[in-house]
Amino acid sequence: MDILIDLFWTAAATIRDVIPIAVVLFGFQYLVIRRPLPHLRNIIVGFIYVVAGLTFFLVGLEQALFPLGELMAKQLTDPSFIHGIGIVVEGVRWQDYYWVYLFAASIGFASTIAEPSLIAIAIKANQASGGVIGIWGLRIAVAVGVAIGVALGAYRIITGTPLHYYIIVGYAIVIIQTTRANRAVIPLAYDSGGVTTSTVTVPLVTALGLGLATTIPGRSPLIDGFGLIAFASLFPIITVMGYAQFGEWLRKRRRLKGEADEI
Amino acid sequence: MADSIRDLAPIVVVVAFFQFAVLQQPVPNLGGILLGLFSVVIGLTLFIQGLEMGLFPIGETMAVAFARKGSLFWLLAFAFALGFGTTAAEPALIAVAAEAAKVAAEGGVVGASEAAQADYAFYLRGTVALSVGAALMLGVFRILKGWPIQYLIISGYITVVILTFFAPASIIGIAYDSGGVTTSTITVPLVTALGVGLATVIKGRSPMVDGFGLIAFASLTPMIFVMLFGMLWASLS
Repeated sequence: MDILIDLFWTAAATIRDVIPIAVVLFGFQYLVIRRPLPHLRNIIVGFIYVVAGLTFFLVGLEQALFPLGELMAKQLTDPSFIHGIGIVVEGVRWQDYYWVYLFAASIGFASTIAEPSLIAIAIKANQASGGVIGIWGLRIAVAVGVAIGVALGAYRIITGTPLHYYIIVGYAIVIIQTTRANRAVIPLAYDSGGVTTSTVTVPLVTALGLGLATTIPGRSPLIDGFGLIAFASLFPIITVMGYAQFGEWLRKRRRLKGEADEI
Repeated sequence: MADSIRDLAPIVVVVAFFQFAVLQQPVPNLGGILLGLFSVVIGLTLFIQGLEMGLFPIGETMAVAFARKGSLFWLLAFAFALGFGTTAAEPALIAVAAEAAKVAAEGGVVGASEAAQADYAFYLRGTVALSVGAALMLGVFRILKGWPIQYLIISGYITVVILTFFAPASIIGIAYDSGGVTTSTITVPLVTALGVGLATVIKGRSPMVDGFGLIAFASLTPMIFVMLFGMLWASLS
């Protein structure tokens, strides 16, 4: 019964999210463009699918994954799990948190693979590139970026180093890569930073950040709990450009090898 | 359906591994979890279907229609309205703004009263919505002009870094995170289809080089606007 009530309220909330979008779209379509939409019926059915799909998706996540994932984040950051029950440790040793890093990386990777807006971008990139960019290749590259970002973000909270050092170094890497990357991949790489952080990733990653910031002495959940999302959106830019550069390097090497073989 | 199951497999494996192997605990309410997973799979399948039927086509159709109409003003107005309208009502942003008001109240930047915090959260949300509207306008203008994206984005990043040194400490984490919360699951496909559609129909633009990048603008400008907001608020109070 509970799941039905959840479905109802989530559907109401999703419809509320869609209304401003629908108003803008149809408002401009009928007041400014003033032309009937082709395949209007298909588009409306598509919108209904999107709303219904997101509703089932969110309710299912609430029911199945979020409570367990959030509980896990709390248990893994609990001092009695990290140091053993009843053992009190002075200060914070970052090496003790190895399970936290592994969890951060794997939950970052796995939740990104399930992220619907990344699937959307990957489908579009595959179409726009005429199939050169693989849907799974892009998604895995982004997911690896999020994994690195969240694990490093956890390390930052544990050690208490300032956020902006990491961000500035990250940006510097992005700038260097940009000067060497193929210009067709740059906008896509920049976009993939923004899409990683939505429905699935944010709640799980936030729970981890808050868990760490609450249990580690000297950290404030309100100040140190933030920032993991920023890491999760910075590193995919680096890995997507890296993925494209690696692909190009492989092709070049293969070509050189081919030429060498011919001689 | 099979695709959706494959999309979700990693997260199930990760959660199961940590539950059984690391934390060594049983799964509470297994039936409820299986039901939830089933619902997630159905939802993802429907969403992808709806994407191809509704969100992608309408984004492309409108891009074509605006390009044919040839009015820069209306295209930019549309881009702004889309950015502002979708962000102002974004639930993730409402949550972050409320949290930010709490941080600011602790830091003494905002009065501790609930009304003062609500005010702060409201203006913060307005700032972010404005920044996303501005981002899409700028992004669409870039597609029309065919400017390389990196100069704009990198100068944006440099601005972020410079502002970081001047903005109040309590706003920095929130500013960095606000870039991430602006792009919702419905907005992303729509905006991407719009950008790629524009770059496809405009002569001399390529969908890969020029079509992407709108999301990048939408995640960059909120950081700048929120830090400026924090500085302005601190200097006013």
